[in-house]
Amino acid sequence: MPEAALTLARIQFAANISFHILFPAITVALAWLLLLFKLRHRAALRRGIPGADAWAELYRFWVRVFALVFALGVVSGVTMSFQFGTNWPGFMLKVGNIAGPLLAYEVLTAFFLEATFLAIMLFGQRRVSNRVHTLATALVAVGTTLSAFWILALNSWMHTPAGYELRGDVAHVTDWLAVIFNPSFPYRLAHMLVASGLTAAFLLAGLSAYRMARGSAARDAQLGLRVGCYLAALLAPTQILLGDLHGLNTLAYEPAKIAAMEGIWASQAGAPAVLFALPDAELRANRYEIAIPRLASLYLTHDWHGEVRGLNDFAEHPPVAPVFWSFRIMVGVGLLMLAASWTAAWQLRGGRIPGRGVLRALATMTFSGWIAVIAGWYTTEVGRQPWLVSGLLRTAEAVAPNVGAGAIGVSLSLYLLLYATLITVFVAVLFYLARQADAPAVPDSPPRARWRKAR
Amino acid sequence: MIPLDLTGADFWLPLVFAGLMAFAILAYVILDGLDLGVGILLPFAGSEAERDTMIGSIGPFWDANETWLVLGVGILLVAFPAAHGLILTSLYLPVALMLAGLILRGVAFDFRVKVEPRRKRLWDHAFFAGSLLAALSQGVMLGYWVTGFAATGFAFGIGVAVAGGYALLGAGWLVMKCEDELQQRAVGWARRALWFTAAGIAAVSAVTPLVSPRIFARWFSLDTLFALLPIPLMTVVLVVLLAVFLARLAEDTGNRNRFGLQRWAWAPFAGAATLFALAFLGLAHSMFPYLVPDRLTLWQAASATASLRFMLWGILAVMPAVLGYTAWSYRVFWGKAEPLSYH
Repeated sequence: MPEAALTLARIQFAANISFHILFPAITVALAWLLLLFKLRHRAALRRGIPGADAWAELYRFWVRVFALVFALGVVSGVTMSFQFGTNWPGFMLKVGNIAGPLLAYEVLTAFFLEATFLAIMLFGQRRVSNRVHTLATALVAVGTTLSAFWILALNSWMHTPAGYELRGDVAHVTDWLAVIFNPSFPYRLAHMLVASGLTAAFLLAGLSAYRMARGSAARDAQLGLRVGCYLAALLAPTQILLGDLHGLNTLAYEPAKIAAMEGIWASQAGAPAVLFALPDAELRANRYEIAIPRLASLYLTHDWHGEVRGLNDFAEHPPVAPVFWSFRIMVGVGLLMLAASWTAAWQLRGGRIPGRGVLRALATMTFSGWIAVIAGWYTTEVGRQPWLVSGLLRTAEAVAPNVGAGAIGVSLSLYLLLYATLITVFVAVLFYLARQADAPAVPDSPPRARWRKAR
Repeated sequence: MIPLDLTGADFWLPLVFAGLMAFAILAYVILDGLDLGVGILLPFAGSEAERDTMIGSIGPFWDANETWLVLGVGILLVAFPAAHGLILTSLYLPVALMLAGLILRGVAFDFRVKVEPRRKRLWDHAFFAGSLLAALSQGVMLGYWVTGFAATGFAFGIGVAVAGGYALLGAGWLVMKCEDELQQRAVGWARRALWFTAAGIAAVSAVTPLVSPRIFARWFSLDTLFALLPIPLMTVVLVVLLAVFLARLAEDTGNRNRFGLQRWAWAPFAGAATLFALAFLGLAHSMFPYLVPDRLTLWQAASATASLRFMLWGILAVMPAVLGYTAWSYRVFWGKAEPLSYH
């Protein structure tokens, strides 16, 4: 396998999965938020509380966003399902007995459920009873979460494989429960679900703040801001706690990844927390390091003098700089989210409206969840290298031997062009929709179309 | 090539999964074929309102339709990993082009009604281009696959034929789901698309026995010839029936006789779907038991029996529910289509 083809195949996989994850990261949580909006609307109507319409407005606006995000998630997900075969056939040959059923269960229990009930949720409001429509909304939310469950079970298994044995050169399952609930799975699932919550919360707060900063006094914009900010204020500290637990789990099972994340080259007791450095792989040391002494030992071992293993202790370890930096970006964005959401939540107290500065800051942070999610995934995925499945299958062993650099170059250029265009249009369309929500109604807007029963 | 013990799970589990995969692929080809077909026909619509109605007719379905592709390739991936790798690496570029096409059309669906109105036309073009690209690529993939990844020119011909076949399904769907002028227009589209479809089926039927002596022997040996004859015979009869029927529909409409279009609106789609099913059956018979022509059988490519069993239980438990709520969804959206709105 020539080096160039391997590198291109890896870039292509990274491009495809980075593009894909942007959309499920929103829909998993946004689906539950839509259910919340719908239930609150119904409850407010039942009790005759004024302002019930704001919940309905909120639902109407965000269901349009949801449809768009969901479509992008579906089509980029189809690419993922082909990717294993076109570029990484070695993966399925070796661990197909584990990966296969987990992927199959995702398609069977989640994809069809989401796709079918999404249609009812989007276009069926007049064709089914309100109760069935609420049920459809709930099932879409269940579907998105189930999908996350299965795919994270597989991803976690690739980091911390369990419940299998090797017969010849092929992994066979000995215990399905151990495969699914492998050691890193609960932490990764919780971390990712909360990440989705934060991504959706900042999207919700961000677009609402954008509308308000432009002078909108719409009830649903204020309501959206409130829900988004409170949710973010709740989830940001939760995520920091979960991240810490996930880190301790990684220390136990993938110590080389932790050493790369922390930028610690030599094993030491009382390891420092490195705030800034340029890790140098040739020098095998950090340059321009700014560090707080002993702090890393404290949060990794809960002891000021705890021993932390450094990169030099491992015969093989991941490339340090990308892991080190993406980890810092993720943590940095996380802290920013904490500060922004708590400031906004404080300013919102007692029904107040936040100042322009906070509104602008939130609008700027509309897509901050994306940055944190991507940085977090790069930390964990690059951190697993050179393995595709920890200790079992190397990335270089799984790549297709019969697909040349030329072919991958063509497909990669095609994908990159498409992805860059679609992300640009997507972000532009979201802000356009937000502006449209407050635009005066156009007199000659198309008549309300509907589905008619033939019978 | 076939396991010796014909009662063991090693024998029947791969066979069951091959059957399930065939079902998923056929479901995909007919269901997504119809909405890819509508995309291919989009430029021939007479007005923006007609385009809205055409897209409205597939709006609630396309997403679930595409899921059958994920299931089909998913079963290939999980039940026959060796074949999955060999087939998809051999079809590398057509697969990449198909995916690009599917991405483009999937998002064009949503973008066209959410961007600024002056950009709507642009996304209509993207919807058409993506649908056509996906259909052509799928045809090319089929052409490569049946010839054992050899014949390039032939594969491109099949690409055009599959696009034509999808246009036939799409036109049939529109005859069923639309009214008035658009419905009449769709009858015309169906008549033209039928010839592409017939030519494609004829080409595959002629070429596959020629490139593979095994397939030749399978179809033209005396002891099975008569058992198999119904497949090509029914196909020919169906093409002729459809041609005559569509011509009558067009003629009646010219004479302002609306009875046919009201009473028999479902027939062109049903005919087209049956045509696809027959062609699929013939192809399956030619290829069985190979997943990669003359190189890899379904038993050679299968995953471990334990994994197949674990999946089968899941499929048996979940599939009836999937089929149930899919049918229910088609029922909810029964009737004539109109432009989409979230109400």
